[in-house]
Amino acid sequence: MRWIWIDKFVEFESGRRAVAVKNVTLAEEHLHDHFPGFPVMPESLLIEGMAQTAGILVGEAAKFAEKVILAKIKKAVFFDYVRPGDSIRLHAEIESMAPEAAGTLGRITREGKLIAEVDLMFSHIDQNLAGKEFPEENFVFTGMFESLLAGVSAERTGQDPEPKG
Amino acid sequence: MAMSREEIFQQVQEVLVDALGVDDDEVKAEATLMGDLGAESIDFLDIVFRLEKAFGIKIPREELFPAESLMNNPEYVSSGKLTETGLKELREKLPHTDLASFEGDPDINKLGDLFTVNAIVNYVENKLQAA
Repeated sequence: MRWIWIDKFVEFESGRRAVAVKNVTLAEEHLHDHFPGFPVMPESLLIEGMAQTAGILVGEAAKFAEKVILAKIKKAVFFDYVRPGDSIRLHAEIESMAPEAAGTLGRITREGKLIAEVDLMFSHIDQNLAGKEFPEENFVFTGMFESLLAGVSAERTGQDPEPKG
Repeated sequence: MAMSREEIFQQVQEVLVDALGVDDDEVKAEATLMGDLGAESIDFLDIVFRLEKAFGIKIPREELFPAESLMNNPEYVSSGKLTETGLKELREKLPHTDLASFEGDPDINKLGDLFTVNAIVNYVENKLQAA
């Protein structure tokens, strides 16, 4: 299993807001245990999906120079279940941005209906936790996320994304 | 219209209730953010962001919570206590905080106790007056 809980970006305004789509399917094994006979996407994974949507938005704003990690869940409220077959949209917006951290507002919707509100805070760890050293390479934004953004820039220009070598 | 101290306190209280998930009756003027209200380092940033929004002011993080930079400077800290230079720096950085009891025993572990609800109210009051 790959730890990636969004399928693609459909809107991306650098430094401001982004919208990602996640299609939920019964091929996801954990849904068979959560819960047997009543599959629903775990709310913790909805938060993770929002953390990836908003985290990439925050990371891209600094051109991925910072290591952006989820530091705090400011708010997570759920209004409905997300079930197999659902296509959900994760809307993230940057609320505040400082050199060492960022705050985001998030909404998850299905066919326009509000499913959840998830507000987060991210830390730029090299600018924080003074005295601690982290590896040079950006272990947060690995190649796994590149294809997600390649898709949205291609959609914007109407071209197919170039295959990554 | 200028805000009264009571109005500022109420607004600060609301910010802390939201940021730290505490009850409003826990947010007393003399409560310490770390000791009494359980704030952690990322919460300080959250509080700064929320105060900026609530009061429409710009807050450099080290201005409101300068202890972190002090604690990592060997010039200011010696065997777990702030040096005379460190104390001087702290006084300059925290003109709105009462340091009298801390100066008696400037243990850096007690720096967290300086961040009280009152210190935030003082800071915001000064900031609003200066604006």
